Amino acid sequence: MPIFKRYYIADIPGLGWLGKFYVTHAMHYIFAIILIAFCVYLVLDFALSKKKISGITVSGFVKACIILGLMVSGALMVIKNLPGVYFSYTMIYVMNLSHLGLCMALLAVSFYTLVTKRGWVK
Amino acid sequence: MTSKISRRVFLKGSFTAAGSVVVSSSVVEAVSSLAKEEIESLVTIIDISKCIGCGECVIACRESNAVKYPQPEKPFPKMFPERVPIQDWSDKKDVTNRLTPYNWLFIQPAFVMVNGEKQEFTIPRRCMHCENPPCVKLCPWGAAKQEPNGLSRIDADLCMGGSKCKKVCPWDVPQRQTGVGLYLDILPALAGNGVMYKCDRCYQKLAKGQTPACIENCPEDVQIIGPRSKMIEHAHLLAGQINGYVYGETENGGTNTIYVSPVPFDQLIFETGKGKPPMKRVDDMMADGNNLARAMLIAPIAGAVAAFSKFYKRIKEDD
Ligand code: SF4
Ligand code: SF4
Ligand code: SF4
Repeated sequence: MPIFKRYYIADIPGLGWLGKFYVTHAMHYIFAIILIAFCVYLVLDFALSKKKISGITVSGFVKACIILGLMVSGALMVIKNLPGVYFSYTMIYVMNLSHLGLCMALLAVSFYTLVTKRGWVK
Repeated sequence: MTSKISRRVFLKGSFTAAGSVVVSSSVVEAVSSLAKEEIESLVTIIDISKCIGCGECVIACRESNAVKYPQPEKPFPKMFPERVPIQDWSDKKDVTNRLTPYNWLFIQPAFVMVNGEKQEFTIPRRCMHCENPPCVKLCPWGAAKQEPNGLSRIDADLCMGGSKCKKVCPWDVPQRQTGVGLYLDILPALAGNGVMYKCDRCYQKLAKGQTPACIENCPEDVQIIGPRSKMIEHAHLLAGQINGYVYGETENGGTNTIYVSPVPFDQLIFETGKGKPPMKRVDDMMADGNNLARAMLIAPIAGAVAAFSKFYKRIKEDD
């Protein structure tokens, strides 16, 4: 995002790529691929294992929902970026804002669970 | 066709707008528009051998689009940090020899040396309307869109003026005016810097079945517009007749503007720089992203395979 350049973040040695938009675009996709594969693995592995748990924590549930939301809005944006795909202004705008909002929400909740040492499952 | 979000509505709460109703109905809309028989993109052919450089197209563009031009409020709010550039064209509206927020089309004088003789050309330049426009696809704010007829445009009510569209455009087309737009209503000192402007292919005229102003007002019929398949064929026919060359058909993965010239484009000599785009060969800038998008489909399968193989291993060990 242009804001990284504005606030010198892209000037920090090693972070120059943040100002190179085709690089950030590719990185974003690569991280998404890793995230999707990892989440599918975790969920399936959990379902297939015989681990006994009494339930998922509230914060764990909230985080799972946010991540799911990020994946859905992100997937829609990946579709949007393919050639020959036309979304309306409203659709594009809502996708962008919800992806951005969810990302910030995830950061906030993760920070909270980190500080309060709350896990995913009971 | 226009589902414009006003600045006020945005401020009233974008998250209400992000409600599931809007999302689901838009998804249905988008998917059904994909399923529908594909609307063909419109392509313009610009035959530079016919252009006499009269500038009528530039005047027509300015008159036709003047209502869309920025009306910045002065003095501009101070921006932080200080290195954020103020870009003010409101006192230089008369500039016509480059792209500006008030001039979306200009005539680029060029020449070529053929057997020691100088041959001169004038080339109308503006947004190429890429088939897969990076300016639209990479806008972090969702302020730009492409219409099914291939044109791309930036919504002046949503643009924050971050200039990413210009940086990702292979021709640096969009131009910024400070002191207008949505950023003024949010945190003008800290984020945003105006609105980006460029040729929108006279979308309001096309919507009514009319011809863009620059095409309509050219006395030499330099430009023609029509469906992609027909225009590509026609461009090659034209080029064949004059033993010439085309530019724009494959640039950046394909654009909806095709220049036809009697001389090779890489031999044309002209001034390039700020607001004066080059005519270089451009690879498909979105290609890497599109390839990664395909790899993304494999991601859940890879995750599932890993989980199942671990499961089977354990069962085997249990046996
Ligand atoms: S109006 Fe036609 S001939 Fe005149 S400068 Fe424009 S394209 Fe060239
Ligand atoms: S030429 Fe530049 S501004 Fe025009 S559609 Fe392509 S990327 Fe966007
Ligand atoms: S298509 Fe319309 S906006 Fe674009 S250069 Fe021509 S007159 Fe100007």
